[in-house]
Amino acid sequence: MTDIVQYDVCIIGGGLVGCSAALHLTRAGQSVVLVERDSVGAHASGVNFGGVRRHGRNALELPLSLRSLDIWRNMAALVGNDCEFMPCGHLKVARNEAEMSVLEQWRGFGAQHGIDVELHNGAKLRQRFPWLSAQIYGASFCPGDGHANPRLAAPAFALRARAEGAVIIEGDGADVIEDAQGGFEVTLMSGKRLRASVLVNAAGAWGRTIAARYGDDAPVNAVAPQMFVSEPVPYFIDAVLGMVCGGLYLRQIPRGNVIFGGGRGTLSPDQRSSWPSDRVFAETVGLAGEIIPQLRNLAIIRSWTGVEGNCDDGLPVVGSSPRRQGLYHAFGFSGHGFQMAPAVGAVLSELITRGATPTDISALSPQRFADAKSGLVMAESEI
Amino acid sequence: MYSPRFHRIAETDRPKIVLTVDGRPVDAADGDTLLTVLMRHDGWVRDSEFDGQRRAGFCAMGACQDCWLTLADGQRLRACTTVARTGMAIVRKPATHD
Amino acid sequence: MTDGDMTSADTPRIAIIGAGPAGIRAAETLVEAGLRVTLIDEAALPGGQIYRQPPPTLRRPAKALYGFEAGKAEALHSSFARLRSAIDYRPETLVWGARDNRLLLSSRAGNTEIAFDKLILATGAMDRIAPVAGWTQPGVYSLGGAQVVLKHQACLIGKRPIFAGTGPLLYLIAWQYLRAGSRPAAVLDTGSFAGQLRALPRLARQPRTLLKGLYFTAALRAKGIPVLYSALPARIDARDDNLVLTYTRNGRSHEIAGDAVALGSGLKPETQLAEILGCAFDFHSPSRSYLPRCDRMGRSSLATTYIAGDTGGIRGADAAEAGGALAALAVLEDLGRSVPEVRKRQLLTHMRRAEIFRSGLELAFAYPAPAIAGLADDTVLCRCENVTIGDLRAAIPQWNITEMNRLKAITRCGMGRCQGRVCGSAAMEVLASETHAPIESVGRLRGQIPLKPVVGSNFETKAAS
Ligand SMILES: Cc1cc2nc3c(=O)[nH]c(=O)nc-3n(C[C@H](O)[C@H](O)[C@H](O)COP(=O)(O)OP(=O)(O)OC[C@H]3O[C@@H](n4cnc5c(N)ncnc54)[C@H](O)[C@@H]3O)c2cc1C
Ligand SMILES: Cc1cc2nc3c(=O)[nH]c(=O)nc-3n(C[C@H](O)[C@H](O)[C@H](O)COP(=O)(O)OP(=O)(O)OC[C@H]3O[C@@H](n4cnc5c(N)ncnc54)[C@H](O)[C@@H]3O)c2cc1C
Ligand code: FES
Repeated sequence: MTDIVQYDVCIIGGGLVGCSAALHLTRAGQSVVLVERDSVGAHASGVNFGGVRRHGRNALELPLSLRSLDIWRNMAALVGNDCEFMPCGHLKVARNEAEMSVLEQWRGFGAQHGIDVELHNGAKLRQRFPWLSAQIYGASFCPGDGHANPRLAAPAFALRARAEGAVIIEGDGADVIEDAQGGFEVTLMSGKRLRASVLVNAAGAWGRTIAARYGDDAPVNAVAPQMFVSEPVPYFIDAVLGMVCGGLYLRQIPRGNVIFGGGRGTLSPDQRSSWPSDRVFAETVGLAGEIIPQLRNLAIIRSWTGVEGNCDDGLPVVGSSPRRQGLYHAFGFSGHGFQMAPAVGAVLSELITRGATPTDISALSPQRFADAKSGLVMAESEI
Repeated sequence: MYSPRFHRIAETDRPKIVLTVDGRPVDAADGDTLLTVLMRHDGWVRDSEFDGQRRAGFCAMGACQDCWLTLADGQRLRACTTVARTGMAIVRKPATHD
Repeated sequence: MTDGDMTSADTPRIAIIGAGPAGIRAAETLVEAGLRVTLIDEAALPGGQIYRQPPPTLRRPAKALYGFEAGKAEALHSSFARLRSAIDYRPETLVWGARDNRLLLSSRAGNTEIAFDKLILATGAMDRIAPVAGWTQPGVYSLGGAQVVLKHQACLIGKRPIFAGTGPLLYLIAWQYLRAGSRPAAVLDTGSFAGQLRALPRLARQPRTLLKGLYFTAALRAKGIPVLYSALPARIDARDDNLVLTYTRNGRSHEIAGDAVALGSGLKPETQLAEILGCAFDFHSPSRSYLPRCDRMGRSSLATTYIAGDTGGIRGADAAEAGGALAALAVLEDLGRSVPEVRKRQLLTHMRRAEIFRSGLELAFAYPAPAIAGLADDTVLCRCENVTIGDLRAAIPQWNITEMNRLKAITRCGMGRCQGRVCGSAAMEVLASETHAPIESVGRLRGQIPLKPVVGSNFETKAAS
């Protein structure tokens, strides 16, 4: 048994959540091993829309979201790469008065958390965002939100964590998890075995199975949001766009490509992979052209999907297991994990090394499904 | 450097068509692709989005996608696989969007 | 099923993508067996690459267009003309995606989809490119592109073009240019003369093709056109009205001036559809590339999908015709129909000979992997995204990259409009050489929909309905 290496923490899943946890825990002095069955950032974390927004978020996850934005702002200092974070602001558009009132309501939540949004309509809206279709009734603009490049983020965290001492195993998944000497013994697909006092379940859309192993069920199901990118055109969409009614979210990078998403593709039967739906292709591309008429003529050069864990109440599952000491969950990010993962890692590190975190994540606890309380403030169909 | 590049060797007796390139009328022969029209006109198709250097297509068979251009009505087309038609207006320097 | 059209053994829905030699012979074989097929091609007229037809306003005779191959071209075009009314032919239609048993089509009329029970992929090939610094400048074309301009447009890319790269088409197209009134400045082959000699016994399996190759070289030399082996292009610079190509040969640097450059290092199958459908691929070491797995008849790893012609590996036009017919016979066999055994055996024999010839070509005209490893950092590798070899060389160790799709994700190489069609082969070489890994271990770029750019407004008809 001498070949079993012992660590303080074993993280299962090398998405942005797992990689962020690996870096923060390593910095907190823990010996860390991260196990990723594909490669870091190969799933949701590497293929998502790249939206970094607090705007419109469920009030219960705002504390985490706010903390994460601070990290996004200082990303270069943290991981040595800014991951192309661009705080251009987030614009949520309403097509009618009813949708506008949703935005007004959220303005109140935002204000309570120190987020000031600007409500625009009519001529003022068109003057500020001349590329928007005249169909748009009004919008709420949240300065300071923005977007980043998901293809860089998880690898950047992983590289940094590795440089600081974390062990990152790629191409080998956790196969069996057993109790051992008060901690955990993890047997990998390759047969290799690891031991750790603490186990972090950061397995994204697949985290539910690992949680269920310890009786922590959470209603998290896999979905496959679909993305698109256009050929590059001169930069003109100077905000990340979302719709109150969902259906479309969109951003442009300074290089010129317009990246947008909407609808869901198809999951493979084993839910390990997914692919774009052509019906969604037609609908979303059509809708993008309606909301931003200049896009009608653009060529779409690629479409893809990613597998995301969606929780029934739209909130992630973050916190210690109510049933098994030493087990921590951070999965089911319900379309919001790219923005929040940088802070999730910090919070997990605090929980694990100090037993508490200053960030209010009480509403995200795995405990909530036992208690069955829910606090949805706004149906979120936007990523 | 930006001088005509393609040279006709035959089939010169085709009906003429007229289109415009950056606002100027340009003659072409019926059956010319937009790539041929531009290469016979002044030898370039577009500016690279990233370094501003001129591009003039590459594969001429619809594979490399290096010849996409814009018509005045906003349509995006691949120059090497689109046959020119009278009245088409190619705009290589689009007005900036804002 | 999407269109409510029920599958039935009597009326199987058969789709063929590509109306080149392979696709047309496949369609013909199926029609002869009494089946109805849908034949889809992005081009306006049938013929594929080698027997490409110019727009109808151009009327040069076949002899002028296809030279030695005029007879075969006319035969193929007239076969198509006879088939025309018996098939559902969809020209100017791009297959931009596929899933399970559906194909997504895009044409000027808008987008549609069709369902199939059997699918033959006869999507052909394009040039395989070894980049050179300065190759994005106007006046530099792919070798095949130079031929398309000649055949399809009755134009030359230049009066004194430089032909650089390797492969039989290098000599053929230089000769076609010579015959058309151009005076090639030089033909520079990255392959060695010794390599071509070594390949002779295999090439001799198709003596007519071999002789043609020798004839082109002799004809070019007779006109005083330099034909050089082991010449590795390094950069192309615009000077005055010229393009100057710098190349190294036997350790020394040389320059040659011309008014255009044609670059090509063999051909590369269009395999994106096979990829998207989920066909298995295997590494093929002579061509240093991944090819869709198929049996001798063209059966892929998917029960619905067959591979014919260049899509399964570059074997030339005659083998494409034979391969198209064979894939059609495989479809018939798998549908439980009887097939003419004698014909099948003849076709298989033909294919075996073509395979030996192909291995000879691969020996004689290898992709210039070492030359790519030696290219200067400022050489643009990915034309679409303007990514240089230096960008890759910096990113590979910095991000610890060992796999092609990660290389793309980090550097954007292969992420542009062409989806890595043009830069993919070279990018594999760069990644393999920078990581000192065998080329097969770096994997290949994944194909994604849409296979080629599709314009947003094309979707409106459908979104509205
Ligand atoms: C198309 C799309 C668009 C999105 N847009 C946004 C957005 O704009 N803004 C935003 O904030 N969020 C967005 N999201 C959501 C966001 O991407 C996710 O919430 C976030 O990336 C989740 O990170 P993760 O690390 O939990 O999961 P993942 O990135 O999925 O990582 C989980 C990892 O665990 C690994 N794993 C699973 N089981 C095992 C095992 N047994 N052993 C080893 N490894 C295992 C998997 O291979 C995977 O790599 C989007 C998601 C998608 C799919
Ligand atoms: C530019 C070029 C020039 C060549 N010239 C010669 C030559 O002179 N002599 C010679 O011996 N060999 C030549 N070859 C080799 C040639 O590829 C073969 O000889 C032969 O044409 C192969 O036939 P095929 O039927 O397999 O494919 P092709 O002839 O290439 O036909 C494939 C067809 O599929 C269509 N297609 C592909 N993808 C799609 C899609 N997604 N949707 C719709 N349609 C699609 C294409 O439009 C094309 O018409 C050339 C190859 C190329 C690329
Ligand atoms: S020149 Fe390559 S696609 Fe037009």
